[in-house]
Amino acid sequence: MESGDLGWLTVPLAVFAGAIRVSTPFLFVSLGECLTERSGRINLGLEGTLVMGAMSGYAVSYLSGSPWLGVLVAGIVGSGFGLVHALVCNLPKVNDIALGIALMLLGTGLAFFLGKNFIQPQAPNLPSIDLGWWSDIEQVRSALEINVLFLVGMALTPAIMFFLQRTKWGLILRTVGDSEDAARSLGFSVERTRMLATMAGGFLAGVGGSFLSLYYPGSWSEGLSSGQGITAVALVIFARWNPLYCFYASLLFGGAGALGPALQAVGVTSGYYLFNAAPYILTLGIMIAMSSSTRRFRGAPGELSVTR
Amino acid sequence: MANAGRILGALEALTIPMLALAVSMVLFGAFVMIVGVDPVEVYALMYKGAFGTSFSIQNTLLRAAPLILAALCTALPAQLGMVIIGGEGALVIGGLAAAAMAVILPGGMPVLVFQGAMVIAGMSAGGAWIGISGALRHYRGVNETISSLLMTYIAIAILNHMVFGPLRDPASLNHPSTQPIGDENMIGTIPGMDVHWGLIFGIVFCLFTYVLMYRTTFGFSARMVGGNVRAAAMSGLPVGKLLIITCVIAGSAAGLAGAIEVAAVHGAANDALIAGYGYTGILVAFLARQNPLAVIPVAILLGGIDASGGLLQRRLDLPDATVLVLQGIIFVVILASETLFGRIKFFQVKEAA
Repeated sequence: MESGDLGWLTVPLAVFAGAIRVSTPFLFVSLGECLTERSGRINLGLEGTLVMGAMSGYAVSYLSGSPWLGVLVAGIVGSGFGLVHALVCNLPKVNDIALGIALMLLGTGLAFFLGKNFIQPQAPNLPSIDLGWWSDIEQVRSALEINVLFLVGMALTPAIMFFLQRTKWGLILRTVGDSEDAARSLGFSVERTRMLATMAGGFLAGVGGSFLSLYYPGSWSEGLSSGQGITAVALVIFARWNPLYCFYASLLFGGAGALGPALQAVGVTSGYYLFNAAPYILTLGIMIAMSSSTRRFRGAPGELSVTR
Repeated sequence: MANAGRILGALEALTIPMLALAVSMVLFGAFVMIVGVDPVEVYALMYKGAFGTSFSIQNTLLRAAPLILAALCTALPAQLGMVIIGGEGALVIGGLAAAAMAVILPGGMPVLVFQGAMVIAGMSAGGAWIGISGALRHYRGVNETISSLLMTYIAIAILNHMVFGPLRDPASLNHPSTQPIGDENMIGTIPGMDVHWGLIFGIVFCLFTYVLMYRTTFGFSARMVGGNVRAAAMSGLPVGKLLIITCVIAGSAAGLAGAIEVAAVHGAANDALIAGYGYTGILVAFLARQNPLAVIPVAILLGGIDASGGLLQRRLDLPDATVLVLQGIIFVVILASETLFGRIKFFQVKEAA
């Protein structure tokens, strides 16, 4: 078979490749938000955290020459945003949903402000692992070029599951998320637990953001994130706060997100912008299908305001 | 005594946000100092760019007009305890519907009928857009905050699809747009000012919704739902109807903003509609404590901040995102200040006095 001439087969192949490539930020944000929401709080600000992570990761990679340092700094910046969210939310009468919206705007604004000088230069990107060496076909090879962060996220999924289900800290976190009163009577600090959970969530969202600017699409621009953060937050809800389902859902969303560009590559351009909306339509559709007006979500943390 | 309580309550609702604004300005000053700009100069330029000259005041009011309407999109559902953040989407879809209506209508119609049809198309589309979020919340229990934001991204995709595809004016080469509505059909300016009628529409909409929410049975029932959904349902109020109607009114406000942006500013629908008014409107609503009357002055204030961005950019070479940073800081501080309500002794009515 001639390489480069796959015809329509390139679409499923590109969707598969996209499922892995595009899903990575969804995966990190949703795993992070999973931790935060299991502690009984929702952080809608992860959209802003994602953009901040993308900007800071790119800037640090450009200035230091090390993309991995960029990833680390993006995570630290993200946990800083998580800290702000947690500290302000710990004040009585502050609404976590509203504060999330505020941090979404602040994060985006700060990233645009500080990132102005980094739009032009090219920063060193993250490496990928070539798993398609056995194939002669170019598209297959590029589809199997797996980025390292995806593998990290894949490894994190069972690790977070183990943490939540099998460790003492995971038990404390779930207790705080299910009942503040129970947690207090057992002597756990609700505020501190939620602070750590929100910081961890912010860290992962920041790392997810750095993937956008350091691997795919691979440069920093102001239009880099268009709702991946908020989609990932919604995704946690219908993944029923289970990290493994978060992983599957991320793959599904990555594939949906890759549909538009894949179709464009084979010459279908008419519905390009509509296909770009596929992840949002899919999210909304699944939320409609899985919600109910009469009962709560199965597996929902008891203290979570968004599902009440 | 009840009267004294009300006055103190109003004073509290005025003082705490003012205090929060002052704190935000100080934090913002510290931020620009860190990036190496003199904060005093920034404050002075902001004042000049927002309210300093008659030109800047008009510029401020031009931005306040869509902000007032976009803020209502968050403020009205908030009376029923809903957090709707999809104003940007309703604005975009309203603007697109208005422009599409202009394409459909035959030429040579009376101008007022033409404009009226555009406005109605925009309001209906925006109302339907947010109404969907309200209906999903009531019938399926879908969280309205997330659904309205997702709908915003879908609205933007639809706008891009139409502007680059079916509705594209072949003459718009560099900046894909719908067909121009025609100079003769543009909404004009208020006599004696350079500000279009959209500002008056916004103010009237605020007055109307204030009366609706605070002086009618509908508003009383709606706010009761906001106080306690279960109690409202038990006392026989049609909760779903109240939720959905309020969402439709809220969405039609944002849709009107979009229609006016098309009919009075841009003359066609294009990506200039995605200007972030919907997001700033959320901040306006929270700063105004979701009160439709307070929305007017707050929108003018935020419009002023928005308008001063250009001057900061030209004079101090600051990025255009500077105003976004300030808005973000104000938003976070204003929410943190919520915690002060009811905690400052001065504002509390003394017991048994």
